[in-house]
Amino acid sequence: MADAAATPTRPSPRVGLFVTCLVDLMRPSVGFAAVKLLEEAGCKVVVPSQTCCGQPAFNSGDRATARAIARQTIEAFATCDYVVAPSGSCAGMLARHYPGLFVDEPDMAVKANAFAAKCWELASFLVDRLGVAKVSARYEGVVAYHDSCSNLREMGVAGQPRKLLASVDGLRLVELNEANVCCGFGGTFAVKYGELSDAIVAKKSAAVAASGADTLLAGDLGCLLNIAGKMQREGRAVKVRHVAEVLAGMTDDPPIGESAAGARP
Amino acid sequence: MSGATTPRFKDNVHEALRDERLQRALRHSDNFASGRAAAAERLPEFEALRDSARAIKDHTLAHLDLYLEAYERKVAESGGHLHYARDAAEANAIVLDLCKRRGARTVTKGKSMISEEIGLNAALEAAGIEAIETDLGEYIIQLRGEAPSHIIAPAIHLCKADVEADFRRAHRDLPAARDLSQPEQLLAEARAILRDKFLSADVGVTGANFLVAETGTSIIVTNEGNGDLTQILPKAHVVVASLEKIVPTLADAAQLLRVLARSATGQDMTVYTTLSTGPRRPGDQDGPEEYHVVLLDNGRSAMLGSEFEDMLRCIRCGACMNHCPVYHAIGGHAYGWVYPGPMGAVLTPSLIGVAEGGQLPNASTFCGRCEEVCPMRIPLPAMMRHWREREFERRLSPVAARSALGLWAFFAKRPALYRFATDLMTRALRLAGGARGRFSWLPFAGGWTRYRDLAAPQGATFQSRWRARSGAVR
Repeated sequence: MADAAATPTRPSPRVGLFVTCLVDLMRPSVGFAAVKLLEEAGCKVVVPSQTCCGQPAFNSGDRATARAIARQTIEAFATCDYVVAPSGSCAGMLARHYPGLFVDEPDMAVKANAFAAKCWELASFLVDRLGVAKVSARYEGVVAYHDSCSNLREMGVAGQPRKLLASVDGLRLVELNEANVCCGFGGTFAVKYGELSDAIVAKKSAAVAASGADTLLAGDLGCLLNIAGKMQREGRAVKVRHVAEVLAGMTDDPPIGESAAGARP
Repeated sequence: MSGATTPRFKDNVHEALRDERLQRALRHSDNFASGRAAAAERLPEFEALRDSARAIKDHTLAHLDLYLEAYERKVAESGGHLHYARDAAEANAIVLDLCKRRGARTVTKGKSMISEEIGLNAALEAAGIEAIETDLGEYIIQLRGEAPSHIIAPAIHLCKADVEADFRRAHRDLPAARDLSQPEQLLAEARAILRDKFLSADVGVTGANFLVAETGTSIIVTNEGNGDLTQILPKAHVVVASLEKIVPTLADAAQLLRVLARSATGQDMTVYTTLSTGPRRPGDQDGPEEYHVVLLDNGRSAMLGSEFEDMLRCIRCGACMNHCPVYHAIGGHAYGWVYPGPMGAVLTPSLIGVAEGGQLPNASTFCGRCEEVCPMRIPLPAMMRHWREREFERRLSPVAARSALGLWAFFAKRPALYRFATDLMTRALRLAGGARGRFSWLPFAGGWTRYRDLAAPQGATFQSRWRARSGAVR
């Protein structure tokens, strides 16, 4: 338990990467981009064994499962100074919703509060906690950054990724119309109410197309899979990536939903 | 029972998305959001006012019994009558009885969502009493036999051409060749027709935005002045309102008024803010001979002390629906009952039961924009989640969804097994979809791939690659 009280100011903070289930399963390159950014900023990165933040259960009304997963996650990251996720949604679950799961368990509530206080979204951890002002990366393109709802409204993340993107060589940032409106993903909502979700993402897809951007970035893979899937279904040629890939200069892997051959059927 | 089509929500969504006329009308519904943002921007103390508004309502709800008693006393002292109604049937019976005692044949109505909730127009018409909506939007949808699609803009689902067609159909005595191409012409025609109705009405029914315990006053806010004519000209004024409309003092009401219109339409104040206290007094130049308040519970007192109590702070500004991506996609009618949007998604299961209304709190992305703009800081997404919890506890959620969640939870609670199984799965999906980089169809993923492509995984999971890289044992 001595580690739990580790001082946050020591030179090389021990950062547990909460990679998120979507990045873990769908797009590991985002995880490695996050590791690179954190290591370059002087962090010691560890990856404790993990599954998911528990949001699918939490948002489906299954509090017991959400609690079990929260307990497991809190224990897994007990020795980390910080927990950083390349996702506003999962970071929001850890930092904003875990404490509320244990209102009836005072001992766990104390742990959950301490855990929540050390959880960060990647871009805001780099900028707000570590004071990173620029990255050394190059990306040729006109880029639109999509604000995920959790980043915007739960984690207070909007300026930080834009600040870092502004330091990327060759990159020109444009803003989307109605940037603060949801893309229609919403986790299980996208499948349970597929038709409704589709109607919402169609507007986002149109906004991206109208922005003139050739690349769309965001800090949440859920939104990105949704927007990329819609734009590809509509035959719109916009490259979609997680913002960490561009910030880390790791864009060798094909964009989301595209193949190594680069063919776009 | 409730007449709600909410259980068929998904069908309603399907129809709404295919309704080109509706979709055209919805394209213009963003103006409220920009209006609200500008109004909030103009007022430096707006955020502080929201805190103060929340505190006023929280205090009132914590002492609702005392304020109800105080209000009742003041209504009586000013010569009015207060009637408690447990549910819709009781409320309608009270209003009908008041109308019959006056021998009423015509009732004019100001805009009232409580009247919609209890189905007052149908009850009046069943008793042979003509009910005439006098708010322009309400008048239009009454001609169409529709319910409001928005709590403050009931006809927002319609375009000007729809209204013109309705007026030509309904107002057959007027010259067919008249010009109705401009909104002002439609307004003038409605005004001329309603003028006669105001003068001939026996009873006027309005809602209330606030009921003031300190003075026994009911307050309505309107932009057309129709509410004033409804409550002043007939011999009897009947207010139908729900019990959470109580506020302690006039000063409290004034505070709430400062956030209400700004949040609703972006106006600093509505055009009219009208206070009514009792019937006409000796020496008054106008006003009704009788003043009644029908105070409706209809499930609200059961929300006190529950996880849904915060919802009773709602002042019906409509900001939540004005900022909701779901409402913007489908409009208000698809929600299937009286209250649409996020506030409706929380309130509907409270009032008609979660078995009937349970679809609504599920149909949310939890984007949080409603809570962000709610002047009363009601945690709408958290309360929708509470409904999902109740559904889950009562096993009301669909079997397929429960099974999928159960299977996922089995793995998610066993990290080693999870890592092994997901690594196999993502490698297999990579083999299947890697060449193209994505799937346009995948078994068990139809809810997704019917509308969107699904990116193929990159192959082995991050955790498996990380372990391989760090030389750790799997």
